[in-house]
This record gives sequence, C-alpha cells and structure tokens, in this order.
Amino acid sequence: MNGTTPAPETMKSATELVVERPGEFARENYLSIHRGVRAWLLTKDHKRIGLLYLGTILIFFLIASVAAALMRIELLTPQPKLVTSETYNKLFTIHGVLMVWFFLIPSIPTVLGNFVLPMMIGARDVAFPKLNLMSWYIFVAGGALALWSLIRGGVDTGWTFYTPYSTTYANTHVISMAAGVFVAGFSTIVTGINFIVTTHKMRAPGLTWFRLPLFVWSLYATSLIMVLATPVLAITLALISVERFWGVGIFDPKLGGDPVLFQHLFWFYSHPAVYIMILPGMGVISELITCFSRKRIYGYAWVGSASMAIAILGFMVWGHHMFVSSQSVYAGMIFSILSFLVAVPSGIKVFNWTATLHKGSIHFATPMLYALGFIGLFTIGGLTGLFLAALAVDVHVHDTYFVIAHFHYIMVGGMVMAFMGGLHYWWPKISGRLYPEFAGKLAAMITFIGFNLTFFPQFILGYLGQPRRYHIYPPEFQIFHVLSTAGASVLGIGYLMPLIYFIWSWRRGRAAGPNPWRATGLEWQTSSPPPEHNFEQTPIVTGPPYSYSAEKDVDLNLASI
Amino acid sequence: MDQFRLFPPQASTSSHEVDALFFALTLISLFFMAIIFLPIIFFSVKYRRGSSADRSNPSSGSFWVESGWTIGPIFLSLGLFAWSALAYFRLERRPANAIEVQVVGKQWMWKLQHAEGKREINELHVPVNSTVAMTMTSQDVIHSFFVPAFRVKQDVVPGRYTGIWFKPTRTGEYHIFCAQYCGTQHSQMVGRVVVMEPQAYENWLKSGEPTESIVLAGERLFHDRGCSGCHSPNSQFHAPLLQGLYRKPVPLADGTMATANDEYLRDSILQPAKQITAGYANIMPSFTGHLSEEEIMQLIAYLKYIGNQPPPSQ
Repeated sequence: MNGTTPAPETMKSATELVVERPGEFARENYLSIHRGVRAWLLTKDHKRIGLLYLGTILIFFLIASVAAALMRIELLTPQPKLVTSETYNKLFTIHGVLMVWFFLIPSIPTVLGNFVLPMMIGARDVAFPKLNLMSWYIFVAGGALALWSLIRGGVDTGWTFYTPYSTTYANTHVISMAAGVFVAGFSTIVTGINFIVTTHKMRAPGLTWFRLPLFVWSLYATSLIMVLATPVLAITLALISVERFWGVGIFDPKLGGDPVLFQHLFWFYSHPAVYIMILPGMGVISELITCFSRKRIYGYAWVGSASMAIAILGFMVWGHHMFVSSQSVYAGMIFSILSFLVAVPSGIKVFNWTATLHKGSIHFATPMLYALGFIGLFTIGGLTGLFLAALAVDVHVHDTYFVIAHFHYIMVGGMVMAFMGGLHYWWPKISGRLYPEFAGKLAAMITFIGFNLTFFPQFILGYLGQPRRYHIYPPEFQIFHVLSTAGASVLGIGYLMPLIYFIWSWRRGRAAGPNPWRATGLEWQTSSPPPEHNFEQTPIVTGPPYSYSAEKDVDLNLASI
Repeated sequence: MDQFRLFPPQASTSSHEVDALFFALTLISLFFMAIIFLPIIFFSVKYRRGSSADRSNPSSGSFWVESGWTIGPIFLSLGLFAWSALAYFRLERRPANAIEVQVVGKQWMWKLQHAEGKREINELHVPVNSTVAMTMTSQDVIHSFFVPAFRVKQDVVPGRYTGIWFKPTRTGEYHIFCAQYCGTQHSQMVGRVVVMEPQAYENWLKSGEPTESIVLAGERLFHDRGCSGCHSPNSQFHAPLLQGLYRKPVPLADGTMATANDEYLRDSILQPAKQITAGYANIMPSFTGHLSEEEIMQLIAYLKYIGNQPPPSQ
C-alpha cells in the first residue's frame, strides 16, 4: 500500500460520488508496481490474474473463431470445396469445445469477475489469492492438453462427446481432449469456491446482501452452479476414458452399457453450464443499464432472486435435450414443463431492465449499445427457447440449425455482447484509459448487424430441416448458408475492431480518471488503474446500490474519437 | 425435393399439428418482442439524455407489477406446455394396424425392410394416407431418423428398439436425414421417402425378385439356429414355450414381473441370463455375435406372430 495515489477524500460511501478530476492517470498502480514476467506469473493480485485470464481466453477465442470461419467458408457450397468431411467434423468439435469450456464459461467470471468482484465489495482481494492464481495455472494446463490433442490431429466427436461414438468408434484423440476439459473443470470449481467465500466473508462494512450490486449476485449464483455441476462433468469424462481405454462397459451396449445414460450425465452438467455462461452476462447488463440510464434498477430484489431461481431450476431441466433420445414420454413431459418455467425468471429480468429505462436519462455510450443489443438478442434467444421446450415442436427442430441459431442468440448474442459491454465499461478501470468512443459505437453496431445476419437465417434453415453438423447439404439450402457466411464476415469485423482499439488505447488512450462514467459502484471509488490493494481505506457503505439520479444531468468522460 | 422454399412441405398428418403449434409460438414470441422492444425504443427516444421529459418521482419497483409479469407468463407457459405435451403424446403413441417397416441404421446408411420382405437402402416407399410404423435399431452408434416433411424424428439407439410413425398425406419425394452426429460421413447418411398412390405402392411391392416375408424369415431362423430345439412342446430341455407370449406379463425368477415386449425378447436372445423366467434354469446360451440386427428383428417378428396365437396345451 506504499506510494500509491492519495485517496479521494470522499471515499466514504457508495452514495457520495468521487470529486471528479478528469484525465488523471494513476501513475502508481497495480500494473506499475511490479514489473517483469516473473511478477506476472507469480502474482496473487486478482486484477492481474483477471488480465492473465483475458489473454488466455482470447487465444482460445481466436482459434475457435478461425475454426468457425473455415466452416462458414466451406458451407458456402453444398458440396465440399475446402476440407474433407473428417476435417469438417474436427472443426466443429474444436469450435464447440474451445468456445464452451475455454472461452464462454471462464469469460465473464474469470476476467471481469476476478477484476471487479473484490473491488465491488470493497475488498483488497479475493478470499484465497493463491488459490486464484492456481486456478489460472490449472486452466492453462487444461488448455494445453486441449491444444495438444488438436496438434496431434484433433477430435471428431462434437463437443457433446456422445457415446458410443466417442468411446468405441471415433479414431481421434478423445481421451486427451476429455482430459483437457476435465482439468479445466477444476479451475472452474476453484474459482467458484473462491467467489462464494469472497462474497460471504469479504464485504465492506455496511455492504449487506441486499446492497450488493446485481453483478455480485449473478456471480454468486454462477459460482454455486460451478461448484455443484462441474464435478458431474468430471465424472462423466472420466467414465468415457475408462470405457475407451480399458473397455469397461458403461455406455456401449456391445459391452453391456447404456448409451443414453451418458446423455443424462452429460446434460446434467451441460444444461446448468448454459446458465454458468449466461448468468454473469445478465449481471453485467444490470450494471450497464443502471449506469447509462442514470437510474436505480427497477425491482432489485426480483432481478437478484431471478438469478437464484435460474440457478436452481437450471439443474432440473437437462432432459429437454433428450426428447427424441428414447427417454420416457412422461419424463419428457416433466422436463418440458420445468423448461417452460425456467423461462419465467429470465423474462422477469428482461422486463425489469426495460422498466429501468423509464424516466431515466439515457446515454448511448458504447457499453449501453452492447447492453441494449444484449436485451434484443437475448429476448429472441429466450423466446425461441420456448419452441424447444414445446415437446412436439422440439421433435422437429431438435438437432437442426434451429437449435444452433437459438443457442448462439443466447451464447453469442447474449453472453459475448455482455462480455464486450462489460469490457468496454470496465476498460477505463482496467487500463486507466479511454477507448475511442466512436469506434466503440461503430463496432457495437457492426456486431449487432453481423450477428443477426449470421444467425437469423439459421432459424429458417432449421425449420426447413437442415440438420446440424452436416458437411454436405441439399442444394436448396444454399441461399441461407450464403447469407449466414456473409453475416459471419461482418461479425468478424465487429470483433476485430475492439481488439485493435483496445490494444491501441492501452498506451495511447486518453486518461480516464477514477470514474469516467460517474458510476456509483465501489470499484469507481478508487483511482484508475487501481492501486495494488484497491483502496486506500476500506470503504463504508451506507445505502443501496445504484443511487443514480436521472434528474441531474451529468457529463460522462468519453473519448472524442 | 430440391427447390428453394421458406417453409418445409406439409406431407403428413402430424405436420399440420406441429406447424399449428409453431405458428402459435411465433405469434406469442412476436407479442413479447412487441411489449419489450417497443417500450425500449419509446423510452430511448423520450428519455434520451438532455430531453425535456418529466423524470420526477421515478419508481424503482412495485410488487403488483412484478407479480403481474411473473404470474402472467407462468399461466401462459402452462397452457403452451399442455398443448405441446398432448401433441407429443400423439406423436409418440404408436397406432395399431399400421404398415410395419424394420429399420437398421449403421455407419452410414439406412437399411429398411418391409413386412412383406422387400428390402431398401436409403429409400423408403410408402403409400399415401396409410399409417406407417417403424421399429428401429442401430448396429453401431446412435443415429436419428428424421423426415422434415413429416415433422418426425427419433433417435436410433444401439441395444434398444425405438419407434416412429407417420401418416403421409401427399405423394412426392421427401428428404430422410440422419440427425444425430454419427461420424465421418454423417452428412451422407441421407435418403428419400417416396410417397406413392396405393396402387402404385402395391405394384412396387410386387416388383423385382420375390421375397420372403419377415415372419417367414424369422420362422426359418427359429428352426435353423436351434431355437426350436428347446422352445417346443416336444423338447427334452425345460424351456418356456413362446406361443401366446407376446406383450404378456412374465414372472421372473427374482420375483419381479416383466412384459414380453420387443425389448424383452431382444434381451432374452442376446443376454438370456439377465431375466430368467420363474421356474426355469439359466441354461440358454447367448446369441450375441451370432445374429445380425436384421435377423434379431425377424426372429422377434416371428415370436410376435406366434405370440398372438393361443398357447398350446402341454
């Protein structure tokens, strides 16, 4: 804590704003205090660990995106032009495995969560800083195993590893890939435990549970799922390896096993995992909507409870992935009704975000554009989820592009938009500098347009009957694939732009000052970039979160370009 | 089959039922999009920063408003659930008196056999306006039989029998897809259903080489593979008789009951020790590896045939 910037005088409560001194860059901060590779690799600072994660998941995001790009190019024509069927199958497996386990699941919790969770609750760090660093090393080890299976020739089972194909018939590197996911799962568990304990034990004085920012609530709900569901994935992957390596009959009927058992185990984890991917995104959106409409959130307790309801109900709907698997008709009905019910808390959130805009003073800064884009795309993704919960319709659209479109609306339209929105929102805190605002807005809009062009045609394609994971397809579907590929090119530009201007702004951006958004969260009550231990004095909280006032007009500190 | 369209052809009775539900869901989705997106656009204009709109006394929540948008969707989803579940129940209930087709999926083709014995690969000929019921299994990995024009799909799982049925309402040719990823040539495990006028179908059935019906093939296997050596009234071994057995309850040695359905018969042939009939010794050898999936289906068709006859008096 030596030698950091003097604390702003008014860092007493969440309700009092910092006296703003625009353009001040904190020279002594968590980045400048220790230099060199060694300092980074042995850091116990949650902020640096967040950045380590950011760099790591970006590498996986890039590899998985290249796989998607190759698929989209290949699908321009009904007949193969670019790759063989074997390679195509490996491409969608790489895309799925890396995106799900090495980008989406860790993205918001490990990058934004690690960076801001302790600051949001007024803590110096997470509860177990060494464990936090260990989780990154475990993640890197898992990622290395995944990359190693890729280099050796890849895997062609799809990210779902369905048996008995994965255990008996696939001739690819299933065990090492499964091992990679298995190991990465432990990093998720460790992060989850760390966040739960941090939220329970490290809150600043006065920060009661119902004064917590909603992002903290959503991370808490996510952490519960991480800790409870991930072990089931570990068991399932271990069983696959046991059957594949030693021929112990668990899933292959030729060995006396049951292939559908695998699906139950897999989705018992993987459906809650969908909520690991989306809940933190919802938390980010609550932060953005309030800040940029200068309003207290509408229905705080309902939005927070909805996160918990989703986390709990999410454990009881796995069978909706199995309506045509030969699961019992009656089981299908139970899973269907529960799946309809899990849509209700998601709806509550969307309604409350909309109501928050009422009587606000809305600033259309880049993070807000991402947040509004999120609401639009998540709403469409959520509503198309009802089609999949509806048994008779699901029979038709199951395993078609309709499902692909639906979950990309949630995962990319929802989660990635939220991640980008959150990254722009906290970037001034992370880097101490502003990204170029005009380029930011442009990228947000390009992403939104490109995304819809990519995935909306896939709803039509799916209802027409185009199955997923098809390398070769009937010629009458071509027009929709061409539209989709055109959209993906636009989407690619929308993702590349932030990469370029973030890197540029890291050194060249205008200094942001402690609180460019005039936001009320505790993380904005300290200098940017923050000092190593976040706060000069532990903040004391005296009121509820989001004490914004729309009646006072404020100037946000936006970069002019 | 290969023309551009925005909506798939409706060629079976269930296609109309599924599409009606689909359109209802689409309307409901448009309704929700309207009540979410229109206020967002309206507020974005009215309450944009610097506008002169009245911002006094903002509300940060109301119990009644929250309850309204919680309970309303709950009732709506219960209604949608009931509708979709009823339609699903009809899709899953196999009607009686259907044209029977046996299907075996393998990497990467569909092998089909009609009850009359006619075999097809990646093609299925059926008459219009008749109910067709298929019994399916896989000899390797999980596949999924999918005919978009009929709105039906069912996974084809190794080690068990699954069923699918449809009643085509329009003649023509329609895609068959494998919908469950099954390996390298998954996207080539495709075929077509040819829906024909009943007379044309009869002619097609009789065309080509004369074939042995599935039941006759099963009967031949029953004798050739030695089943009849034990399972007959004159046998010197103590084995259960199979006449009159099909779909009947069977008391097992462990005191539980089983029903003699296709799945039970299949298990009894391949893993006889799994379920021993009460009063009999565990002496039957397993036929795993000695019978192909098609042969097991033929045997079961024969057992079903004699299973509907009255049991002989001993």
